[in-house]
Amino acid sequence: MAEINWTALIVFILLFGFITWLGFAAARWRKGDLDLLHEWGLGGRRFGTVVTWFLVGGDIYTAYTFIAVPALAFGAGAVAFFAVPYTILIYPLLFLVFPRLWNVCHKHGYITAADFVRGRFGNRWLALAITLTGIVATLPYIALQLLGIQVVVGALGVTGSGLAADLPLIIAFGVLAAFTYSSGLRAPASIAIVKDILIYVATFAIIIVVPLKLGGFGKIFAAVPAGKVLLAVPGDHTTGAYSSYATLALGSALALFLYPHSMTAILSANSSHAIRRNAAILPGYSFMLGLLAMIGLFVIAAGIADMPAYAPGFKHYGSNFAVPALLLHIFPSWFVGVAFAAIAIGALVPAAIMSIAVANLYTRNIHREFINRSPSDKQEAQMAKWVSMIAKLGALIFIIFVPTKYAIQLQLLGGIWIIQTLPAVMLGAYTRWFNDWALLIGWAAGTIAGTAMAIVSNLTPTFALTVGGHTFPGYSALYTVLLNLLIAVVLTPVFNGLRAARLDETAPADYFAG
Amino acid sequence: MNGAQKKEKASWWYLLFVLQYLVILWPPFYNKIEPTLIGLPFFYWFQLLWVIVSAVFTAVVYWATRGSR
Repeated sequence: MAEINWTALIVFILLFGFITWLGFAAARWRKGDLDLLHEWGLGGRRFGTVVTWFLVGGDIYTAYTFIAVPALAFGAGAVAFFAVPYTILIYPLLFLVFPRLWNVCHKHGYITAADFVRGRFGNRWLALAITLTGIVATLPYIALQLLGIQVVVGALGVTGSGLAADLPLIIAFGVLAAFTYSSGLRAPASIAIVKDILIYVATFAIIIVVPLKLGGFGKIFAAVPAGKVLLAVPGDHTTGAYSSYATLALGSALALFLYPHSMTAILSANSSHAIRRNAAILPGYSFMLGLLAMIGLFVIAAGIADMPAYAPGFKHYGSNFAVPALLLHIFPSWFVGVAFAAIAIGALVPAAIMSIAVANLYTRNIHREFINRSPSDKQEAQMAKWVSMIAKLGALIFIIFVPTKYAIQLQLLGGIWIIQTLPAVMLGAYTRWFNDWALLIGWAAGTIAGTAMAIVSNLTPTFALTVGGHTFPGYSALYTVLLNLLIAVVLTPVFNGLRAARLDETAPADYFAG
Repeated sequence: MNGAQKKEKASWWYLLFVLQYLVILWPPFYNKIEPTLIGLPFFYWFQLLWVIVSAVFTAVVYWATRGSR
């Protein structure tokens, strides 16, 4: 990595410059009064089916996904393909649950999941738990997006020591912060369109060119060690890799749309029909993610990790360097610039949406609820703009000064924490049966148990649950949300016996379109 | 799930989602090399195919339940 790849760097900078302009220009797109929080933070709920497709796609298939999923395949083999069942499982959930949530949120002007829970269950402490979980789970996720930028900038050969090494990241951050502040959700929505086109082009180029160069898929898979091609068949008295695979997919799927940034992207749609239609067309991204996961195996087959030219990169970035190394190895410099720009821009889109989501949560559910109960519209929007800035600055400081592995581990814990909001948010969309205090205790129990399981498993996602001599390795998030739910179900009749009041400002009809 | 909600009719079409879930959540079903497709092991091409199948399922459910909403 001693030399700067000038052609790639220039293409990269040109594309980055273009989206910077686009991000600022976006303020004038479907113009609204950006002094209103729902205009700044939800794009005025004006995005139709197509823009929602790009926005949600850009939001949940992040730069980190494009780096980390192939990296996991490169390191661990077939288990990384759980990303495919995961993205298959999310769409029925999106189709069934989220149109209801969109309808009720639209009706009552809710802009966060915590707003909904506050209105549905009338309990500010339960809403606070949802808010804090959302904020804490999202912050390390923003940091990981910046990590994606760091890896590709390093791969371009831009290196230095001290503060100079982090300069490109600081510039990217400055750009991101400035256009998010000025344009709100419109910025990532417009940039997502450019980013996705670039990502699609890059992925299909890899999937076509690499097998041609390596002599076809048959040869590629023959060159991958047998243990990495398939899941290990479980031994006696354990469900082994099978239950890990299935629970990782299911748990991740249940968690995904509970993340504040997913909720922000979904709520910005202009109708619940746009959400339903998206459940059918978003799998376009899942297919691409599956192709990307296989790219990790291509890197093994091409023997790139053993080449001296890429050794420093792998040493510095670990298996996260797999995709950049493959791109550098296979493609001409100008295309490397395009592909790397796709990854870096792919980091800006979710990072912007995440910081907006955190800002919405803080402004609505902490500041307005506990500090200033009656802000003017303008004060509220201004507060959100500043908080989004602070959230990104925190992520930047984190990624510069804290070792990467902590960001990854915190993001793992974030998944376990965010799923604990499922009973209140997703089941809350269907029923007011649960008692609010029972939900809060279930949430606390799930959060504590999930954190403990993750620590016992050395901060890996799967916990080896043992029952009667049989072991069921599985995703801690899924196990603990079941515990959470069980506690909420058992305690609901108990609390209902103690307290008669059941506050619910939503009506059954609010959950339907029209 | 709530008796008061008369507008939502459970549709048989939602069973497609159940099928979609059951197949993909049972890894022993697809954790194999053969049959391969253009050199891809079954494990890979089947799951990619299932992405497309589930998108079609969702589209079918969308069209089939559209009128009842």
